[in-house]
Amino acid sequence: MITVKKLVKRFGLKTVLRGVNFSVQPGEFVALLGPNGAGKTTFLRILASLSRPTLGEVNVAGYLLPKEAAAVRARLGVVSHLPLLYGDLSAEENLRFYGRMYGIPNLESRITEVLEMVGLEHRRRDLTRTFSRGMQQRLAIGRAVLHDPDVMLFDEPYTGLDQDASTMLDDVLKTVAARGRTVVMTSHDLARAEDLATRFDILSRGVISASTTSRQLENSNLLAFYKQALAG
Amino acid sequence: MTDKLTPVAEEPIQADARSRELMASRPSSSFFKAVSAVVWKDVQAEVRSRELFSAMLVFSLLMILIFNFALELDVKTRQSVTAGVLWATFAFAGTLGLNRSMSIEKDRGCMDGLLLAPVDRSAIYFGKVISNLAFMLIVELIVLPVYSVLYNINLFIPGLLLVILLGSIGYVAVGTLLAAMSVQTRTRDILLPILLFPIIIPVLLAAVKASSGFLNGADMTEILPPLNLLIFYDIVFTAVAFMVFDSVVEE
Repeated sequence: MITVKKLVKRFGLKTVLRGVNFSVQPGEFVALLGPNGAGKTTFLRILASLSRPTLGEVNVAGYLLPKEAAAVRARLGVVSHLPLLYGDLSAEENLRFYGRMYGIPNLESRITEVLEMVGLEHRRRDLTRTFSRGMQQRLAIGRAVLHDPDVMLFDEPYTGLDQDASTMLDDVLKTVAARGRTVVMTSHDLARAEDLATRFDILSRGVISASTTSRQLENSNLLAFYKQALAG
Repeated sequence: MTDKLTPVAEEPIQADARSRELMASRPSSSFFKAVSAVVWKDVQAEVRSRELFSAMLVFSLLMILIFNFALELDVKTRQSVTAGVLWATFAFAGTLGLNRSMSIEKDRGCMDGLLLAPVDRSAIYFGKVISNLAFMLIVELIVLPVYSVLYNINLFIPGLLLVILLGSIGYVAVGTLLAAMSVQTRTRDILLPILLFPIIIPVLLAAVKASSGFLNGADMTEILPPLNLLIFYDIVFTAVAFMVFDSVVEE
């Protein structure tokens, strides 16, 4: 579903990604872990077609980036730590706007379906600036799944959420993953990543330095693996 | 623990035929639907907040009021400075509006939301241009009668209204592109006028000259050259902005 080969990204003289190789099978939930400044967000932005690779090949859902970016974007849902929502629009108006941008058929019924999925049906007419951070993040997930994408990218989705909101987000993420979507998530929360993902890749110093699966971790824990990968 | 560190696969990229087959057809918005969605969103948000519109309007009214007190001139001289005062007011107020219009997109990451939509990115540009132009024209339509009363000059001359429309189109076409560029920097409020005003000089000069011509009842042979320049500038800069917008908004 996602194949990345020898990806390099430079910002001026600074090289952020130094030849990343990465592949994800359909239906896999991959947690991309690493310290601050490792290049996780840059990597996700390239997969999302928001940033151009300097060198290397990126193939998402069978389409090459940046050449076939529009086709990739139609199959992609992105959630970041920012909600990507307009505060002066209500929940349903935000979804209506994005639905129009994606050309979604039967939009009104889809909006109701998505609002029910993220548990915001009762707040559909309220302005999103009146929402708590947790509610905004749930609506952000609703926005990202509105066009029923096959690939979902989550960039630090738990940032700024309290315990209750994080637990709620867990449930929504599990629902998203249970529908067979391919998910790549960056996170600093190893416990949550361990609970949700089926594979764990460590991005360090601009390369994927180690990779393991939940099955391989059965008799160990992710924290020990993570520490060892960074030390190595 | 070492045995759990799996090396990253190095096999070559295969044509992902299965993925292509799985996701053969996808809905996507047409260019015009995407443009109208952006306009609808901007208008809807502005109707609620009135942030952009009120800032532009209050600034414009204050400016013409200050000029009114500062330039204690006779009727004839007032007529000769009207075009300059009007366009200085529109240009400065327009900068406020352009900055605000793009800040809304940037502050909550909404620009990324727009760029993630599977539409031609120039649709986003045209949507923003249309809404910015609409807000600017509404402000101008309110400023004109107020100016007429304060300065005792009739500004509702069809030719002058045409110049205001053409000048505003040129201003917004370039301004929207540069606002999309400057909003990505930390000094966006300062950077936009620094970038915009040197580029917009031909529009302002032509607009002031054509406006003066209509206000002073000059011959059409005098008015046509700046009017043609305005039309030329509008076409060229809209085309340039259409071509480069994608590169400007992408990292």
